[in-house]
Amino acid sequence: MKILVCISHVPDTTSRINFIDNNQKFDTSGVQFIIGPYDDYALAKAVDLKEETGATVTVLNVGRAETEPTLRKALAIGADNAVRIDADPLDSIQVATLISNYAKGESFDMILMGRESIDYNGGVVHGLLGEMLNITSISPVMTLKLNGGSAEMTREIEGGKEQVEVAMPFIAGCQEPIAEWKIPNMRGIMTARSKPLDVIDGSAVDMHSDAGEYSLPKTKSGVKLIDPENIGELVNLLKNEAKVI
Amino acid sequence: MSIVVFVESSDKKVKKTSMEAVFYASKIDNNVIAVALGSAHDESQLGELGKWGATDVLLDSANKFDSGDLSLSASAISEVMKTKNAKILVLATSPFGSGLAACVAVQLNASLATNVAELPDTSSGFVVKRSIFTGKAFQNVNLTNENKVIAIKKNAVDVVENGSVINISSFSAEVDGEGKIKVKDVDMIQGDILLPEAERVVSAGRGLKGPENWGMVEELASVLKAATACSKPVSDMDWRPHHEHVGQTGIKVSPQLYIAIGISGAIQHLAGVNSSKTIVVINKDPEAPFFKEADYGIVGDAFEVVPKLIEALKANN
Ligand SMILES: Cc1cc2nc3c(=O)[nH]c(=O)nc-3n(C[C@H](O)[C@H](O)[C@H](O)COP(=O)(O)OP(=O)(O)OC[C@H]3O[C@@H](n4cnc5c(N)ncnc54)[C@H](O)[C@@H]3O)c2cc1C
Ligand SMILES: Nc1ncnc2c1ncn2[C@@H]1O[C@H](COP(=O)(O)O)[C@@H](O)[C@H]1O
Repeated sequence: MKILVCISHVPDTTSRINFIDNNQKFDTSGVQFIIGPYDDYALAKAVDLKEETGATVTVLNVGRAETEPTLRKALAIGADNAVRIDADPLDSIQVATLISNYAKGESFDMILMGRESIDYNGGVVHGLLGEMLNITSISPVMTLKLNGGSAEMTREIEGGKEQVEVAMPFIAGCQEPIAEWKIPNMRGIMTARSKPLDVIDGSAVDMHSDAGEYSLPKTKSGVKLIDPENIGELVNLLKNEAKVI
Repeated sequence: MSIVVFVESSDKKVKKTSMEAVFYASKIDNNVIAVALGSAHDESQLGELGKWGATDVLLDSANKFDSGDLSLSASAISEVMKTKNAKILVLATSPFGSGLAACVAVQLNASLATNVAELPDTSSGFVVKRSIFTGKAFQNVNLTNENKVIAIKKNAVDVVENGSVINISSFSAEVDGEGKIKVKDVDMIQGDILLPEAERVVSAGRGLKGPENWGMVEELASVLKAATACSKPVSDMDWRPHHEHVGQTGIKVSPQLYIAIGISGAIQHLAGVNSSKTIVVINKDPEAPFFKEADYGIVGDAFEVVPKLIEALKANN
């Protein structure tokens, strides 16, 4: 069995977000990059499945050379080989097209991803890829169990969840509690150094959008503190000033 | 020309976010065709979409659409767009909506944007403002293809009634097969207000000490007709169900009112709630970072403040 895990390389969840060059560029100075938290769930699940079934796990990122430490970390966690498609990821359709071009030749039994990347928050690469490869994509997936040639999954829906069954191959956008995040151990880190990391050219794809200026949300004007002995004042403000009750 | 909107219902009621999508579309084009798929809809409710600017509603109630097969629903939407000569699809960002948007974009070779926070600027190109970095920033994106798929974020527009109830027509999409997903069981949360749709949210954190203390949180929520939510550690410890956890790795909410009780305001928590209109923080620690993001704050012990707040609200009703 062959599993592909797609990971994004994103700012740590505690990062402050700032822009430079007239708000045309994300300021990466001082920012630590990590495997996307949802992608980390996908990777952990793939490694669990590898232990269960002997599957091979390929981890993939569309990005420039600076994402290689993130790919090495995924190798240390348990992926067998890594692929970096060399391009600036600018648009989700571009990213999905590049992944699709690669995956077409590889016949993976499943492709695991995060439900969304936490930088551009598209929530769409799995859906795009499914349509491009003509295989079923499901997201967000909370549990996944193999059952012969198909998988049983719990899919979160608005207001509840569903038990669904899908035949392989499929794509799943993962979220907790699908598996426990894994931390690389010493042996993993050592072996990761010698595992293959292939770089594929990712230059020739059409762009569907043109990303422009960044901006930050308006900051709050400051909190109004209310005396706990005078709670009526809060009710009054919510009603007459904020007009939310 | 015309514009197509994909509409979702929950419990036979059209979702508020779908009404917003219809209203958003009506600000781009006069001819707004709302499309509803599957058996979850109520016809008279769909007719109400006229009030928000829909000029036509098309319903294919075949239950093959109920299994959540993105490709199948996308084919039906693409077919309507082609026959009606519509170049733009608008829908609400949600796990299903975003996936559907993706599939339609591939089928129609369209530009795609999700989490869109405002109406487009068409003065040069077709520029939408997307919410990125989990609410910590925005980016303007020019959608350059002729066809465009736009998934809007909650509260992207303030809806006002500008039309009247309309008739709906049935159609039968020419899509192949029954879909590739078998739904074996559905488990809906009973009686609650849907968290992503809620106008008011009462949320509590580790400051509440244990699950046995959630009675007052639920009571406050019920007085306010609010949904309940919690911080991540609270759901990790199983004090509350997983689907209630808001934040970077949980549900993102943007209600009119968010009340945070005994939550410190970690950046990962704020990421899920920072687009709320009004934020109230109740915390015994005046240094809690959440106060910096709040509109109103009470420094005090939740176990004293919350019961008083419930009383004050009841007295006000
Ligand atoms: C990758 C990653 C992702 C994460 N994602 C999320 C996420 O999506 N959502 C999320 O919430 N967290 C998330 N976290 C966790 C986050 O960093 C915080 O640990 C968490 O939000 C803290 O929860 P809390 O505020 O309930 O608890 P605490 O930080 O322990 O805060 C409890 C607060 O209660 C107050 N308090 C105590 N007693 C009382 C009382 N009697 N009355 C009033 N106030 C009282 C205290 O002053 C304190 O401010 C994530 C962390 C990581 C690393
Ligand atoms: N540049 C990338 N390289 C590889 N995988 C990616 C990339 N961007 C996004 N993904 C995957 O697609 C999922 C959804 O991303 P998005 O649609 O950007 O929210 C992520 O959780 C990743 O698993």
